[in-house]
Amino acid sequence: MINSGDTAWVLISTALVILMTPALAFFYGGMVRKKNILSTIMLSVAILALISIQWVLFGYTLAFGPDIKHLIGGLDWLGLIGVGQAPNAVYAATIPHLAFMVFQLAFAVITPALITGAFVERINFPAFLVFTLLWATFVYDPVAHWVWGMGGWLKNMGALDFAGGTVVHITAGVSALALALVIGKRKGYGKYPMEPSNIPLTVLGAFLLWFGWFGFNGGSALTSGGLATLAFVVTNTSAAAAALTWMIISWIHKRPSVLGLSTGAVVGLVAITPAAGFVSPLSAILIGAVASIVSYYSILLRTRSGLDDSLDVFACHGMGGITGALMTGLLAEKAINVAGANGLLFGNPHQFIVQVIAVTVVAVFAFVFSFVFGKIVDAMFSLRAKSEEEEIGLDITQQAESAYN
Amino acid sequence: MGFRKIEAIIRSEKLEEVRVALDKEGFVGMTVTEVRGRGSQGGILLEWRAGEYRVEFLPKLKIELVVDDFDLQRALKAIEESARTGTTGDGKVFVYTVDNIIRIRTGERGGKAL
Repeated sequence: MINSGDTAWVLISTALVILMTPALAFFYGGMVRKKNILSTIMLSVAILALISIQWVLFGYTLAFGPDIKHLIGGLDWLGLIGVGQAPNAVYAATIPHLAFMVFQLAFAVITPALITGAFVERINFPAFLVFTLLWATFVYDPVAHWVWGMGGWLKNMGALDFAGGTVVHITAGVSALALALVIGKRKGYGKYPMEPSNIPLTVLGAFLLWFGWFGFNGGSALTSGGLATLAFVVTNTSAAAAALTWMIISWIHKRPSVLGLSTGAVVGLVAITPAAGFVSPLSAILIGAVASIVSYYSILLRTRSGLDDSLDVFACHGMGGITGALMTGLLAEKAINVAGANGLLFGNPHQFIVQVIAVTVVAVFAFVFSFVFGKIVDAMFSLRAKSEEEEIGLDITQQAESAYN
Repeated sequence: MGFRKIEAIIRSEKLEEVRVALDKEGFVGMTVTEVRGRGSQGGILLEWRAGEYRVEFLPKLKIELVVDDFDLQRALKAIEESARTGTTGDGKVFVYTVDNIIRIRTGERGGKAL
């Protein structure tokens, strides 16, 4: 039976989550050099267009279609045949099946867009399109099925991932690591300074992400009642705790940096994502603060390692997602959501073990497949732009456009 | 009698003080350009998300004006005194000999064009 309140909330949430991909485009665009800002923005917005079509044609059915051996969805809903205005009781009994489908589309879009931070300023655009299509189809769609699809093996095992800490952020984070390894450092990385083009754009992007995240986590309740409200509240709380923590760390180091605070906010949003429907607001403060510390020092370690995961997708989304998924296993409470589970600190160590297994399996799967697809695409189309194109800048050489005149 | 071109690289925030000081001495015409550069201290460190990044060239302003030889010392004194803070990064002044001056509107040459 369709509930108009639930439907309205899920549709609004979908629009909020779709806004997050252009928000990410600006979050990333502001941090690259002036000659690459448009090409960086292009990566995210091109994915919005590309994956919107992939999802309608075959992505949705692979992820959420009738289960095949707990590993993948069947092709029954190819081209959205059979996905209509009536609810699908298995996924969301009170909203149109199409509403559930398009809400999930927004997640399928932003996940590969997150990865782009690893290879900005040197990616060859056509090769990027091929990689993204392969990744969405053979990494995102199966993992989404395992964790969220009816019959998926991690869902059956009881892994908790309210809004995509594992499906979205861990897959994107470890895949970014793999791609950074395959594509290699930017020319002159670590040798010459690389000045960010526009920090205010990055800050704007970060806080538009914060705004959109109310849909990401709040909408994942798939209803418009108390659970959505809880997710909304813990999302804001964790983002705030993480932003404050990051600000304090940067202050101790030197000055309270706005880029630091904004990065912290995003990390807090990442970390609360798996926990949003299962933990209390006080737990959310702890999750945000811990994730901030973990990601801050992950960036420092990554910088020292010399690996050029240019916009620290692994440190922010990978480590933030892992922290959130594991802390869900500690802090989840059945008293908050009966459909959830108790975590280790509420007398159920089993849940923590399940979370560890889910994190590990997904991380290894995403890393290996991303590395392999990266290598294949590199061999066929060259993942990397030509050396002189990289020097001149990708805005001119890949897009034939200039951001500043 | 000759003319000199003064090229002063100054702190961006000192522009108005330098302009007022030159105005007071009767030097009204000048050209200002935004430039980036570095002195012997090199660049500076700015905050990154975690850690820092180096900016090697700092934003400065370049003021150019041409004066009569006779007025040179007055103009230099006005610039030096108004642009000075006493800390690293106050900038430098270069003085060149000018061969000729032409006012495009009238075609006047030399002192009349100044």
